[in-house]
Amino acid sequence: MDYLQYLRKDKMPHIWCDGCGNGIILKAIIRAVDKLGWKKDDIALVSGIGCSGRTPGYVDFNTLHTTHGRALSFSTGIKLAKPNMHLIVVSGDGDATAIGGNHFIHAARRNIDLNLIVFNNYIYGMTGGQASPTTPTGKFASTTPYGNPDSPFHISELAKAAGASYVARTTTYHTAKMDRYMQQAFQNKGFSVVEILTMCPTSYGRANKETGETGVEMLSFQKENSISLEKAKEMDEEEIKGKFVTGVYIDRDKPSYLENYQEIKDKANN
Amino acid sequence: MSNNSTAKLMQGNVAIAHGAIAAGCRFFAGYPITPSSEIAEVLSKELPAVDGTFIQMEDEIASIGAVVGASIAGAKSMTATSGPGFSLKQENLGMAVMAEVPLVVVDVQRGGPSTGLPTKGSQGDVMQARWGTHGDHPIIAIAPSSVEECYDMTIRAFNLAEQYRTPVIILTDEIIAHLTEKIEIKPASKIELYNRGKPNVAPEKYLPYKLTESGIPPMANFGEGYRYHITGLVHDETGFPTNDEKEAHRQLMRLNTKFDQHMDSILDYEEINTKNMDLLLVSYGAPARSAKRAMKIMQKQGVNAGYLRLKTIWPFATDKIKKLSRKVDTIIVPEMNLGQIAGEIERYIPDNTEIIRVNHVNGEAIKPQEIVNAMIKKD
Amino acid sequence: MKKSFKVTVNQDWCKSCEICVEFCPKDVFEMVGFYSQAVRPQDCIGCRLCEKLCPDFAINVRESEPEQKEVKT
Repeated sequence: MDYLQYLRKDKMPHIWCDGCGNGIILKAIIRAVDKLGWKKDDIALVSGIGCSGRTPGYVDFNTLHTTHGRALSFSTGIKLAKPNMHLIVVSGDGDATAIGGNHFIHAARRNIDLNLIVFNNYIYGMTGGQASPTTPTGKFASTTPYGNPDSPFHISELAKAAGASYVARTTTYHTAKMDRYMQQAFQNKGFSVVEILTMCPTSYGRANKETGETGVEMLSFQKENSISLEKAKEMDEEEIKGKFVTGVYIDRDKPSYLENYQEIKDKANN
Repeated sequence: MSNNSTAKLMQGNVAIAHGAIAAGCRFFAGYPITPSSEIAEVLSKELPAVDGTFIQMEDEIASIGAVVGASIAGAKSMTATSGPGFSLKQENLGMAVMAEVPLVVVDVQRGGPSTGLPTKGSQGDVMQARWGTHGDHPIIAIAPSSVEECYDMTIRAFNLAEQYRTPVIILTDEIIAHLTEKIEIKPASKIELYNRGKPNVAPEKYLPYKLTESGIPPMANFGEGYRYHITGLVHDETGFPTNDEKEAHRQLMRLNTKFDQHMDSILDYEEINTKNMDLLLVSYGAPARSAKRAMKIMQKQGVNAGYLRLKTIWPFATDKIKKLSRKVDTIIVPEMNLGQIAGEIERYIPDNTEIIRVNHVNGEAIKPQEIVNAMIKKD
Repeated sequence: MKKSFKVTVNQDWCKSCEICVEFCPKDVFEMVGFYSQAVRPQDCIGCRLCEKLCPDFAINVRESEPEQKEVKT
């Protein structure tokens, strides 16, 4: 696999910290694109703000770095104006489910043909480690010095409930699953979400050493604390606590927004 | 196809929607808000019939986001809103300014601040149109005073957006938006349309923010072989972010002065009897109709009044105001706010020229007699 | 024939996170100074876990081609 042919090599090395998992996700995106044989000209990679927001700068596609939380709305416009383009949207947990939460649930409701990859690291990394909507209760961040009083979102359950036709969840450690889920997501018509637990040693790791302090430790923690959906079904709530449940949350046939809108055009022309 | 104009009875908002279609608009994303909703309603019917797309988004922010995206992909795109929604759109309007993405935003002004007077007219967003988004930036805003202008100026808005790679704001108001009057619609053969300048170099040589002589870099659409990077961060000619102070200065100065050499084509006004006048009326939008009537009343009463109607609000007609203000000692400025344009005029006129402000912020239209009375009161 | 692999670490991009050192099932890597180095490439089985897990695009694993020799005449 030659990653370099997809990279803007003059922009490398990237800005992500040592041990950050974002590069692992970007590699998986590139592998899926390569596997499906998508042409670079036909791909738009769109991001919002934050560490994940810097992803588009490094790849040789049509790339757009938008405002905080809004990547899905910009992508909606691109997809509707050029339906043959492949839209890959990358977003962090804060970008996708806090400031961009409304766009997230509505893109899912609409089942519009976009592929959203969520880089979930439980924290706002770029701004210095503030708590995000996925920071687990009790965990530490620069804005939760006494522990997080808030309850976290389950991004994949949220996407599923809001109407996305494909939702899968895994971690940066599980590269084979990442490959499988991304390919499935990219091939699904309608709104697809792949939520990936990634590591932020700089902000999250340092503040919450018990789940790993360095990239290596956090990756090991992912390996040891992930369980499959199937396995989770046989466990009670207490046992699941603290585990990261991976798998395909939903994969359903459902008319996509583009299909529905084609019908509207047909009606308008009759 | 006829080469003649067709006469129609039409509402201002409806005329904006049809003007957009005539301009080649093929994408609209919006969110319901009084008093602009008719624009969305008409386009939801018309756009799919011309292979365009209408989408009702989840909020005002998403609407303009989708419009920026669609334009980047090559579609002439528009959104419409009113004050409260316009406030929400400022974030992505700034993104469009920075990334130099052509698009049209219609702001049908209603009374403010906040929820204000949803069903009544206002011109309270004049300064929001200029400075609503953060940071120094250029912007174009134009203001129709009739239903026919709603149609024609929407075409012009798209042309300006495409010619100068910029968002253009149509600053209309509830009065003009909901006014129904006769308009002459020009045949397609008599309409001039502009499309963004495309790169004429090989993709690997393309610089999306090149410092060109015209100040306006060519724009490639996504998906057409020019793979490049767009960001709201300060960027260099290649489109990639830069922190270099010299480069940031160069690019931001190019951005902020890019209209300078095109002012003659961007500025537009209606001027009556300004050669030898005793007094000047400056107005725009709905109150300009009353100002024109007031001019006639004054002239009948023996006051040689001149009239300047700003059709382009931003950039401001600084030179024109400087020139005309030297001829008079009084300028009357009727506007449906507390003097947003009067304040702007004040920056450019001689100390001994007096400005009489005629202002309403209660939603009530300014009547011609009020303008005449303001002059009499002064005497 | 047993496959052999060429494993390279681009030191310009390596940020020394040590993920490859920790997760390589055959202990091919070691930290040498600031950077990771493939010190035991002969042990590599070509699973490419290091390549997939390297967040910095610094590792490249390639199957070695058999050496070609020209017959002297």
